[in-house]
Amino acid sequence: MNRTLDHTIVGFLCNWCSYAGADHAGGSQKSYPHNFKIIRVMCSGRVEPEFILEAFRKGAAGVVIMACHPGDCHYKTGNYQAAGRYHLLQKMISQLGIDENRLVMEYISASEGERFIEVVNQTVHTLEGIPPPPLS
Amino acid sequence: MSTKPKIAMYWAASCGGCEIALVNLHEKILDVDAAFDFYFCPCLLDTKTNDIKALPDGELAITFFNGGIRTEENLEMARLLRKKSQILIAFGSCAIEGCIPGLANLTAAKSLIDTIYHDNITIDNPEQITPDPQTQVAEGPLGVPAFRDTLQTLAQVTEVDYFIPGCPPESHQIWQAIAALTAPAGPPPIGSVLGSGPSTVCVECRREKTDKKINRFFRNYEIIPSETECLLEQGLLCLGIATRQGCGGLCPEVNMPCTGCYGPPAGRSDQGARMTAALGSILDLGDTKGINESELLARIEQALGTIPDPVGTFYKYSLAGSIPGGRQDP
Repeated sequence: MNRTLDHTIVGFLCNWCSYAGADHAGGSQKSYPHNFKIIRVMCSGRVEPEFILEAFRKGAAGVVIMACHPGDCHYKTGNYQAAGRYHLLQKMISQLGIDENRLVMEYISASEGERFIEVVNQTVHTLEGIPPPPLS
Repeated sequence: MSTKPKIAMYWAASCGGCEIALVNLHEKILDVDAAFDFYFCPCLLDTKTNDIKALPDGELAITFFNGGIRTEENLEMARLLRKKSQILIAFGSCAIEGCIPGLANLTAAKSLIDTIYHDNITIDNPEQITPDPQTQVAEGPLGVPAFRDTLQTLAQVTEVDYFIPGCPPESHQIWQAIAALTAPAGPPPIGSVLGSGPSTVCVECRREKTDKKINRFFRNYEIIPSETECLLEQGLLCLGIATRQGCGGLCPEVNMPCTGCYGPPAGRSDQGARMTAALGSILDLGDTKGINESELLARIEQALGTIPDPVGTFYKYSLAGSIPGGRQDP
């Protein structure tokens, strides 16, 4: 049994770049694993660390934050704030016994539909090698 | 037999500082005594658990419960006092969110026992004696309360009516809470946090605050901070920005960063996540024009590398009551 596919992977996608990138992949009829669930946010800087911890508590196998490339943020610095929080949260979750590979951040632009599919597939593949989250 | 309403104060896994904070009401303690029959408090009075068991249910008007739930005895007392009290108050950081004893949730219960009784250079325990719940001696069986797997908060094991935060709660805030409970208009809504405000310590801190940009953090011993500027802006890990107001900004007042004892502000469930959100947003990344991903990463890591223990610092008081609650694979 593929255990990772039984668990949701939550993707927080910024409205302006990454969600458009995912839309681009959809428009090109590309498929991606069914357990990757997308939540559209206005900016990656809107993703509160509380959202991520709450996703893990509710049994998510992984959380992926997708942001605009550096310099491309619609709000100028939201992606830098997201990056700062992400790296600090990475240190915290490893202290809390959650595998660091469960939290991913990637930069996806509106034209990178292919890259979006690659990142999702890569995340699902990585998480297959890790036992399911203890809380779920 | 007194006809005044009875109040009680109990300690579970705590240090006794909460009792001291109550006694620090000074002469106002006489007003408390005038209005209430102070019936049960193992730290100060000689009433026994059996006296509480003998009371009719709901006989205690108010119980201030401090301390986390670490042993079976703590759990039994929490349930007993819930049954005997009309109003049960989680009093102080330990009862609300675990406080310092809650940091033990980063380690499995068995490892804690091993460290305390076996694996430590200063321990001499050739018979490998540990506090087992049942021990047979010549006179018969002896028992001590069992040590539970994790430390839980009071609200995680029973229904709690009100919360009074702080490590310990400031005495004037305790008085305010008692006044609120006995106000002629009636008590505040169930679930209220008493003796504090909704916002953060920054509101009460008198230091000058400007736009925050930090490229490295310092531990307390590394610098002597300016006495007028925001401590966080000077690179000290001051948790005021993620901590509920109520203390009056006592620590920043004497040039020490806030360590977060009043827990997360109103509407927030996780103090560590709040601090992460705040710090992630104020890193000084320099000139970001044309910056690439690896350069961005390097600058972030350089700034964050000066924070040695994020969980221990940001969840110093609130780990047991936080979203993760402790280590997931202890």
